[in-house]
Formats: sequence, C-alpha cells, structure tokens
Amino acid sequence: MLSLRPTEQVKARVAVAVMAGKGAAVASRLLGRGGGTALPGLVAERVDGTIVRDLGRQLGRGSVLVTGTNGKTTTSRILARALQEARIASLHNREGSNLMRGIASELIARAGPFGRIPAAAETLGLFETDEATLPAAAASLAPRAIAFTNLFRDQLDRYGEVDTVAALWRDALALTPKDATLVLNADDPSVAELADGWAGPIHWFGLDDPAFATEQVGAVDARWCRTCGGSFAYSRRYFAHAGWWRCTGCGRARAETETTATDIRLELERATFRVSGVGEVTMPLTGLYNVSNALAAVALAKILELPAAAVVAGLAGVRPAFGRQELVELEGRRLRLMLCKNPAGANQVFRLLAAIDPGPGLNVAVLLNDRFADGRDVSWIWDVDYEIVKDRLAACWASGDRVEDMALRLRYAGWPSPEAVKGPAALLDAVLAATHAGNDVFLVPTYTALLDLRAELARRGAVREFWKND
Amino acid sequence: MSAAQRVGYTGAMAADPATRSIRVAHLYPDVMNVYGDRGNVIALRYRCEARGIGFELAEVNVGDPFDPAAFDLVLIGGGQDREQRRIAGDLVAKGPDIRAAIDRGMAALAVCGGFQLFASRYVDHDGGVIPGIGVFDAETRHPGPLADRCIGDVVLMTGLGEVVGFENHGGRTYLGPRQAPFGTVRRGFGNNGEDGGEGAIYRNAYGTYLHGSVLPKNPALADALILAALRHRYGREIELAPLADDAEQAAHQAAAHVAERRSRAAGSPHIAGNH
Repeated sequence: MLSLRPTEQVKARVAVAVMAGKGAAVASRLLGRGGGTALPGLVAERVDGTIVRDLGRQLGRGSVLVTGTNGKTTTSRILARALQEARIASLHNREGSNLMRGIASELIARAGPFGRIPAAAETLGLFETDEATLPAAAASLAPRAIAFTNLFRDQLDRYGEVDTVAALWRDALALTPKDATLVLNADDPSVAELADGWAGPIHWFGLDDPAFATEQVGAVDARWCRTCGGSFAYSRRYFAHAGWWRCTGCGRARAETETTATDIRLELERATFRVSGVGEVTMPLTGLYNVSNALAAVALAKILELPAAAVVAGLAGVRPAFGRQELVELEGRRLRLMLCKNPAGANQVFRLLAAIDPGPGLNVAVLLNDRFADGRDVSWIWDVDYEIVKDRLAACWASGDRVEDMALRLRYAGWPSPEAVKGPAALLDAVLAATHAGNDVFLVPTYTALLDLRAELARRGAVREFWKND
Repeated sequence: MSAAQRVGYTGAMAADPATRSIRVAHLYPDVMNVYGDRGNVIALRYRCEARGIGFELAEVNVGDPFDPAAFDLVLIGGGQDREQRRIAGDLVAKGPDIRAAIDRGMAALAVCGGFQLFASRYVDHDGGVIPGIGVFDAETRHPGPLADRCIGDVVLMTGLGEVVGFENHGGRTYLGPRQAPFGTVRRGFGNNGEDGGEGAIYRNAYGTYLHGSVLPKNPALADALILAALRHRYGREIELAPLADDAEQAAHQAAAHVAERRSRAAGSPHIAGNH
C-alpha cells in the first residue's frame, strides 16, 4: 500500500482530479457535447472538493473576481484584453461558465497532468463569478480584489429575493482576505451598502454625465437604506435604482468616485467617454450599462497597476462577448444579438433601441426561453418596458420556448402584429423573408434562447461554435 | 358619492356607453411589484381600452390618503419580505376603508404578498405577527428559513374555469372554516401544499399566489374584475364585448402544458425549490 505524507496526498489528489477533469473535457468534445466548460470542473470537484483552492492558490499574481447581476462577462472581457495589452499572463473562465465548476474547468485546462499550472508565479486569475457562487469562490481563491457591478432582480425562482443575494455577498466578504480591495459601483445603493463594515480598501467607480439622467426608471430593486430604513432620493437617476442617490433618513449618499466616466457619447456600435486617470476612450460596445461595466474593468486595471495605454487599448480592442451586442452577418443582414437575462438588462437594451436612429423602422425579435438557466418563471417580461419602442418598429417577432407568452406581452405593449415563430430555424427564415440585405435586425434572446440561436446560426455557417471563440 | 348622485350619473352613462370607465387603485406599485405584477395593470388597461372603456389608474403609496368611494377596483402585488413589512402598517390603517368598500361591491385582486396582507395575519417563523386587513379569513405561517419555498407552475380549477400561473412563496396560508378558496389545485402547491386549496375569494375580491402575470393569461379573471368594477360604478350589470383572445388563450394553453410537462418530469405534482 502506498504511504504518502499529507502534502503528497494533496498533490496526488489534485493530480488525479486534474486528470479526471481533462478526460471529461476530451470525452465531452468527442461526444459532440460542446466544449466542456463545466463538465471537467464538475468531474474534478467530485475527486477533489478543494480543487479550485488547490489550483487557484498557485497563481503568483493572485485572483480577482467580478460579480453582479449584469455586466460580469463584459467587465471580465475588457480587463482580460487590457491584461493582454499589458503582457500580463492571466487565465479566466469562459463566459457564462461562472459557477465553481466553471472556474475549476479553466484551472484544470491550464494545469499540467500533475496538477501544476505552468508559469503560475507570473499568472493572474480573473474569474467572472455567479452571484450565489461568490462565498465559495472568495473562500477558495482568497481574491486580492472583487468588483461588484450592480444588483438587480434576476431569476427569482432560482436566486430568491434581491435581499437574499445581498446577504450572500456579505457572507462572501466575511470569507475574503481583509486587505482585498472592493471595487464598488457608487451609483447602485445596494452595491454601495457593501462598504459598511468593510475595513479594507475600497475603490469606487461611477457615471457622471447629467445628459443621461432619465425619468424612465423601470423596475426599482432598492428603495430603502439598510442602515436607517430611510428612503432614497435622487438628484440624478440613470436607470432603475442607479444614479446619484442620497438617503433621506441618515444622509448616507453616493460616494465620491475614484474612477469616473464623463462626456459620454453613445452610438450604435461604440461608446466614447472620458475616464479619470486614463483620458478619452472608445470601445466597440454601447449603452450606458456598458460604460458602467467598463469603469469596473478600469478600476480593477488601476488596482493591478496596468499602464493607462494598456487600458485604452484594452477598451478599444475588446470584442463583444458572446451575444452581447455581437454582430453576425446572415445573407447580408446584420443580426445584432442582444442577450437579456432579466428586466434590468432588458430595459437597458430597449432604452438603447429607443435612442438610436431607427431609419425606416427597427426589425426586432424577442426570444423567451424558460429553462433552468433562464429562470422557469417568465413573469419578469411584464417588468420590461417593451412599450418604449412600439412606434419605431418595421417588423417584429416573438420566439423561443415560451413564444406564446412573449407574443402576448408584445401585443399588450402595443407592438404592431408581432409574429409568433417557435424555433430558431423558423425565426431566421421569417426574418430573412421580411428583410433585405443591408438591414439591421435586433435579436433579443434569453440565455438558452441565445444558445439555440447560435447553434442554428452555426448550422448556417454564420458563426462558429462559441467554445471555439477566444 | 351619494346614492342619488350615483343613480343620476349612471343614467348619463347609459346614454353614452363610450364614456364608461373604471377607477383603479394600484396599491404600493413601487414596492409590491416583484413578480411582474405590473402585467395585471397592463392587461386590465388593454382589455378596457379594447372595448372603449376608460381606465383611470391611481397609484396609492405609503402615506397617501385612500378614499374608498373613489375606486371600483384595487390591485396589490407581492413584495420582498423586508419591503412588505414596510407597507404593512400603512395598509392596516387603510384596512377598514378597503374592507368596507369591498363589502359594498368594490372589486379587488391581491397577489402573493398582497394576498397575505389582505388576509387576517402573517405569522413569522419566530412567532412575530404582521397583522393583515382581514378581507379574507386566512392566516399565513412561515415554516422557517430552512423550509423549501413553494416555487413552480400552477394550474387551478376555479369558478371562472381553468387558471394558470406561477407561484413563489415561503409562507403557507390556511383558510378559516367558512373562507372559500379561489380555486382547487391541479398542479402546484397552492396555499399550503396540503389541503388542495389556492387563494381565497370574498364577494368581488380575489386573493391568489399566482403571478405570471396572472391576468394576461387568464382573461376570464381579468374580465370578471372589469365586470365587477363596472357593476360597482354604475350599479347594474353591463355587458362586455367579447375579444378575440387568441394570443391570450395560446399563452394560457402553453403555460398549462409547461405545468403538465414539468410535473410529469418531477414525478409528482409538486416541484420543490431549493431556497
């Protein structure tokens, strides 16, 4: 019988877990089940319950985590690109694969067969982290910084109430090293509350452009101060509960920001703005929410001491994440994929569609699925202001597993005769029949509807399978 | 409004049906709105306007006065636990007026947390009591943070036919001996997962856990509320023009099929949530 000292036992366990995970990745690809962004981690976690800790703590530059309801993937991608520009070796989990198994999968993919990550001493871990996974990720990875983008209602059947997520985040902070830096969105009072009781460093980011103040607030998920119970008043509201807030009870207010966006200009395919400490930047993403995401990435870049030039180049060079304002050409049509997973995200996408030049009218399809990853409860579509684009439409479609619910919602929103088309193949056929080469078509899917749509677009040769993308 | 005024007004309306309208109070819309409850307002407005019936909507928030004679229909949705507690005191202050108006025939729809607050009381797992306004004789008990929430698709049989929706509640509601439920559960948990009842009904007031939102996909319930509101305002039966309802019925059928498929997949009529 083999007798090992404790550290050797750990090494052996990690090695076996890594081998098992790598085997699962190969098997998954051979079986045509996709790239295996979760399965290897799931298998390895079975063998070694602390695989993320065992591999993650090899990283000499430490780890940073990005969490929040919306913007995790975009923030992570911008930072990854800036790290690349700064020639800092990094590893990061694949978009959307942001549970512990997804983080484990990335670490396993990078590790050698004996559980060692090559050049680990020079490598930084950058992990997009699901909101509910944050306590486990923080405990395992001992991050040097955590960025919180925002907190909105999202898939209440899965996550529970917004208050439940906020409580999970406070649990996570109790498990986070005390010298870690919190990167907090000053504009979101629910995120700002995390500063209470945090003795370590805080880096605040936020928007400062009065031109984007609005009365169209949409569903608001933070109304009262956790400290005193007073209500929030706004001198400037950007969307939902995000803006320049102040508690009318205790006077607690939006913090002064260290990383700030001013002079924001939004166009269909790009946003230009000034960032404190960096200068004027342009990125090929648009929408106020993406400017906010960019600030979270810039704040992390500052903490990691990346040169300003790398940040500018990182923003300019970022490619839209899978389905986030991604442009796909199909028979001359410019399909713009605008993933929407919750009312806050959807309201911002439709606000964008309400602001751009509609030309002869917008072509818009909304795709609603109700699988586990989408949330099985479709009630949230009634919290989205589809109404604000009803007078700018040329052609419109409802689609997805719950096409009937979506069609009804769009009809009640006053959309002109939304056509109900069930599957992605039929939807693309309907879109091609109603549009011409050169037309823009906005496709607004939930997460699994996006996967289905991408699969059909791949079948037609318009995109590659997503796990083959960088 | 006095009876004499009401009669005179009704006569004027009868001469010009196009100017009929209903007056709707949405209680605490910025708080009690977690599960798409706004969809109920959208559906009522759509179905009124499609028939040329005016839809006068007033939002009633904490601290606002509530004139029970000024409305034909009140709506209240569900909120987060912490937020629900915030409005409970204000609602209790308005309670006697709301109850009296419902006794005079005002229509009401109370969903999820709103249903709990329209009942007698809510008893927290640590024994704390939040008083309700007692429209329905029912008590809600929370079994504690470790108990599963009741989450999933619901199909009911009601006096208005089949009703579909989605439920997500921690509290279990138990009706008093003479309190009628809104419906009986075909799929899902209902009030408590034990007695097969869902919601409560008293005169023209409906309490239910169903969101989804409930009214768009259940036009019979939406129309029952509109009819009751018209009857309350004009003092007599008013016929509603039928609507095509093809999209509404398609969404209803789809939700019923989803509930059926998921309950078969789960191997039981109950799909337990994890929180």
